[in-house]
Amino acid sequence: MILILGLMIGLIIGFLAPVHIPSQYSSYVAIAILAALDSVFGGITASVQKTFDIKIFISGFFGNALLAALLTYIGKRLDVDIYLAAIIVFGTRLFQNFAVIRRFLLNKYLKNDNI
Amino acid sequence: MKNIKTQIAIAFICIILGIMISIQFKSVKRNDSLATKQFQRADELQLELKKEQENNEKLYKQLLQYEKDLNALRTAAAENSGYAKELLEQLKRAEILAGLTDVEGKGVIVTLDDSKLRNDSSVPVDENYFLIHDEDLLMVINELADAGAEAISLNDERLIATSEIRCAGSTVSVNNNRHATPFVIKAIGDPDTMVAALNLRGGVRDILGQWGIEFDVKKSNKILVPRYNGVINFKYALPVKKEGK
Repeated sequence: MILILGLMIGLIIGFLAPVHIPSQYSSYVAIAILAALDSVFGGITASVQKTFDIKIFISGFFGNALLAALLTYIGKRLDVDIYLAAIIVFGTRLFQNFAVIRRFLLNKYLKNDNI
Repeated sequence: MKNIKTQIAIAFICIILGIMISIQFKSVKRNDSLATKQFQRADELQLELKKEQENNEKLYKQLLQYEKDLNALRTAAAENSGYAKELLEQLKRAEILAGLTDVEGKGVIVTLDDSKLRNDSSVPVDENYFLIHDEDLLMVINELADAGAEAISLNDERLIATSEIRCAGSTVSVNNNRHATPFVIKAIGDPDTMVAALNLRGGVRDILGQWGIEFDVKKSNKILVPRYNGVINFKYALPVKKEGK
């Protein structure tokens, strides 16, 4: 619940803020967003599995985003699309995490139905 | 207690994520619209250019009409006084010299075109030799001028004191207009002298003929060399003021 609320507040702030990202930096931000999304999904999965740790969550959020942006930068310098690695890794993990969450939710509601 | 801390952290991170996503979303949308705007701008400019060109043509026609009127007025004025008649003669000479009026007379028409020869020798030869360049045109025109040509035009661009003949990619820029092959050089002057000058042994025709460049010279009794169509503005060249005694 708090998750969706925070997301909403953030979206509103972002839309109202008079800030633009120049087009040459937009690929970095896109990768950073993907990394951040992965961290959030990872956090949800962890909380579902009751292994949630706030330190891991926060360090993962910022660390992954920065590392992804850095990889993109290095890739651009070296003319190798390293950011594809980030996209594949984060994308795969997103779906895996989502699968875990899905199973948890389905189990929960099926149990509720049974009661 | 710990639970609240966790909740706050999650909310904080979600806010950051939301800000990032929305700003990125906004920026991508804006950048896309900028790109399409650039295309639109090009289209608009093209339309504007076309309009201006049409306008230009109209104005040029008007200019010609006014000049006709002016000439009529001048002749009328000259009829009344001998001094005005003298001035009119001088003006006409100056206009011919400056290329501001159409002239016609005896002369030659030189037509130049790229070589039709194929480079089929086993030795690789630069393909550029088979094409006409600005230097080739300059050579021909120089030869004609040396042989006493009084008025010269290249593809109906009158050559005047400020004319340039310059390579402009696959075309040649003359009087700031671009021209492509075939090049037709019209020169008014003594036809025999000019033809002889072009045909000198080791002369321009021989040089260009090596590469098979089409070089056609035609004498004619009546050639029309058109006037210079541009505008000459003297911004830097000023007449020298004579010192007082």
